Amino acid sequence: MSVVAAAEPSKLADRVAIRSWRTPILLGVFALVAVVLFAILGPDGQATFRISQDNDAWQVPNLVLPAKAFGIVASLILVALAVAAWLQSKNQARVAKWVTMTFAVVFVIALMVWIIGGTKTQNITLVGLFAGAMLITTPLVFGSLSGVLCERSGVVNIAIEGQLLAGAFTAALVASITQNAFAGLFAAAVAGMLVSFLLAAFSIKYVVNQIIVGVVLNVLVSGLTGFLFEKIMKTKVDGVAIYNQPVHLPDLPIPFLSQIPILGPMLFRQSIIGYFMLVLVVALWFGLFRTRWGLRIRAVGEHPKAADTVGINVNRTRFLNVMAGGAVAGIGGAYFTLVAVSSFSKDMTGGLGFIALAALIFGRWNPIGAALAALLFGVAGNLQSILSLAGTPIDGQFLAMLPYALTILAVSGFVGKSRAPAASGQPYVKG
Amino acid sequence: MSETPSIPAPTPAPTPAPTPDSKDVKDAEGTRVIREIMSGNAIISVLAVLVALVIGGILIAITDPRVTAASGYFFADPGATFSAIWASVSEAYGALWRGATYDPTARTWQGQLGIFETLTFATPLILAGLAVTLAFRAGLFNIGAQGQIIMGATFAGVVGFQMHLPPVIHLLAVILAGAIGGAIWAGIAGFLKARTGAHEVIVTIMLNYIAVSFVLYLLKNQLKAPGSTNPISPQMDANAMLPLLLGPNFRVNAGLILAILAVIAVAWLLNRSTLGFEYRAIGANPKAARTAGMIVSRGYITVMLISGALAGLAGVTQIAGTEKSLDSEIAGSIGFDAITVALLGRSKPWGTFFAALLFGAFKAGGTSMAVNADVSIDIVAVVQSLIVLFIAAPPLIRSMFRIKAVRPEGAKA
Repeated sequence: MSVVAAAEPSKLADRVAIRSWRTPILLGVFALVAVVLFAILGPDGQATFRISQDNDAWQVPNLVLPAKAFGIVASLILVALAVAAWLQSKNQARVAKWVTMTFAVVFVIALMVWIIGGTKTQNITLVGLFAGAMLITTPLVFGSLSGVLCERSGVVNIAIEGQLLAGAFTAALVASITQNAFAGLFAAAVAGMLVSFLLAAFSIKYVVNQIIVGVVLNVLVSGLTGFLFEKIMKTKVDGVAIYNQPVHLPDLPIPFLSQIPILGPMLFRQSIIGYFMLVLVVALWFGLFRTRWGLRIRAVGEHPKAADTVGINVNRTRFLNVMAGGAVAGIGGAYFTLVAVSSFSKDMTGGLGFIALAALIFGRWNPIGAALAALLFGVAGNLQSILSLAGTPIDGQFLAMLPYALTILAVSGFVGKSRAPAASGQPYVKG
Repeated sequence: MSETPSIPAPTPAPTPAPTPDSKDVKDAEGTRVIREIMSGNAIISVLAVLVALVIGGILIAITDPRVTAASGYFFADPGATFSAIWASVSEAYGALWRGATYDPTARTWQGQLGIFETLTFATPLILAGLAVTLAFRAGLFNIGAQGQIIMGATFAGVVGFQMHLPPVIHLLAVILAGAIGGAIWAGIAGFLKARTGAHEVIVTIMLNYIAVSFVLYLLKNQLKAPGSTNPISPQMDANAMLPLLLGPNFRVNAGLILAILAVIAVAWLLNRSTLGFEYRAIGANPKAARTAGMIVSRGYITVMLISGALAGLAGVTQIAGTEKSLDSEIAGSIGFDAITVALLGRSKPWGTFFAALLFGAFKAGGTSMAVNADVSIDIVAVVQSLIVLFIAAPPLIRSMFRIKAVRPEGAKA
């Protein structure tokens, strides 16, 4: 699945010319938006960011910003950065990375100040924002890591949604029957692997188009879990749905670390799935980019023929990676029913598998990038639900669109260059 | 899947290059059909449906409490288990079949004629299935039918309930608006694919979700029905509705005629027109098409525009045919079913038509099965997806039934 046009030599020349102007134009547009929204139409009053909770060990004072003044300063910085990008494009081919990065950070902060300054209450608890975002971010990270494992080895995984849903369902069922959350967790990994097995068997052995298999598997899992939910989970014994009352995984706060403002509740007051996520992100990054194992996988994903020539079994590597991806996504699915909510409900993943796909692309097929993208999308999602209660200058639906819109910008080359592994989506037939 | 979309149709059937002589074309078509039946492709489709139904039956049986009860004394009385299985499965599939065709046990005479519900459900599936089929043939994977249906229905709705025009003109305006809405939404993906190489699968998936959010936003603000607390639009004008074909007792509407016309048009476009030839050439090998002087990027854009327009029409048949007002659920699962319909129809216009009829029957029958046999309609999704999986992997079915593969000459493994 090459995302930026796969080498088209005849058009290469004008593509370079297009790319060099794309960034300044985009930054210019956003700077203009900032001037109009944040400076000219900026809300009067102050935006308060509450950092510490009352029972925290360390108290950090609230951050109070005058919304309009901050908007004016921020938009001036943004305009300056856009001009800098324009000058760079004029002189050389590429815009420096720090310009776009600073631009993005300043824009996001200014946007937050503008939104919060425009609400009725004019304040937000950052702990609630970030810790609540983890409810969305955790399954997103697992889903996108599943995608990383599959796509790095050259198999497109559209079935992330199905893997998450299968994990959520199986975790709820097994944890209810055995009254053991860890059994549920294990079963969820197995369920994710079963979905992966179908994906691998059909796309590697039978060389069926991977996107078709992925799409169909999502429908299959949705139908299957829906059917079994109606048939099994709704059966009540003495008025209790005994097959849909999973035992939950306990939160395991790490002493001391969990007291750090914002980061503590976000990262160090989690269930075992949450800690596993943190380890997995780093381990996968290290494994993929710093070990022989990762080099082989990337070789299979970029140039399977070359990998085959040096003796790597391409299809076995892909098979194993897809299976591992299924286990990872299955555990992510277990997070829904063993941590986030009390029981399984029909289609409860609600398209999060596709946001995970978006995070994977926005994170450039890199575990850490994908995790950060998942965090961004999680915060945006949680901000949307917080703001729907607070009344805002912009509609929550636009925040809901954010992950998808950013992904489209990323794949069309407006935001950096997002390129899939070269052989992703292409079956490998020896000979 | 960058530049090698031999993937679209599950079988990379080598499309015979159309020659200017129409008689030759006809002959080629004729022999191709015979060859296809001989090579077992048609048999495989039938077997795929059968195997999927059998697996669905197994699921129905093992989750039926009567079967579980009878299997408790299986060794004492094995017959009881088998008769319980038979009762359970035949009850479910019987209700499915009656609901989709003719049900003498229904209370009202309208309720007996489920066949018209089948046609009603099939209507948007035909149009959206055609949208996916057409893009497939040009080597593009349009997963965005869902979003295009939503945008088509939204555009059609705006014209349908905010403008007040005389009869006929109003309906035509609604249809046109729906087609434009879908075309714009798919056109974004086509444009980005042509100009930046952005993969259409990713872009269309993302556009699906953007469409839902966009419509929810409109329904909460500009398009909200006055006095309503739910995000739902006002009802369409009577002039803007597609006329019902069989009177007020049945939901089947003129959208079906629109859909059949669309099948004919797409069949002509693909098999007879220069544009269709270009699309197929691009789908078979974009590099060769470029070498032959075709403008591939323009092909990507136009095929997505037409594809989106077809999906938009599916949105029209939803809002102006059955639903009457716009809500965020207007597209149901049609956009995703359309993908499976196109696959089952082997990316051919008439194949898509019959596949849509089958899936429409599943939908109509599934409702009756849920009510009369207490089997959740979700089993239909299971059966549908299994059908597509089996059809997409002919070697699997072949090995299951030991059918010898007779490959059409010239086709590579």
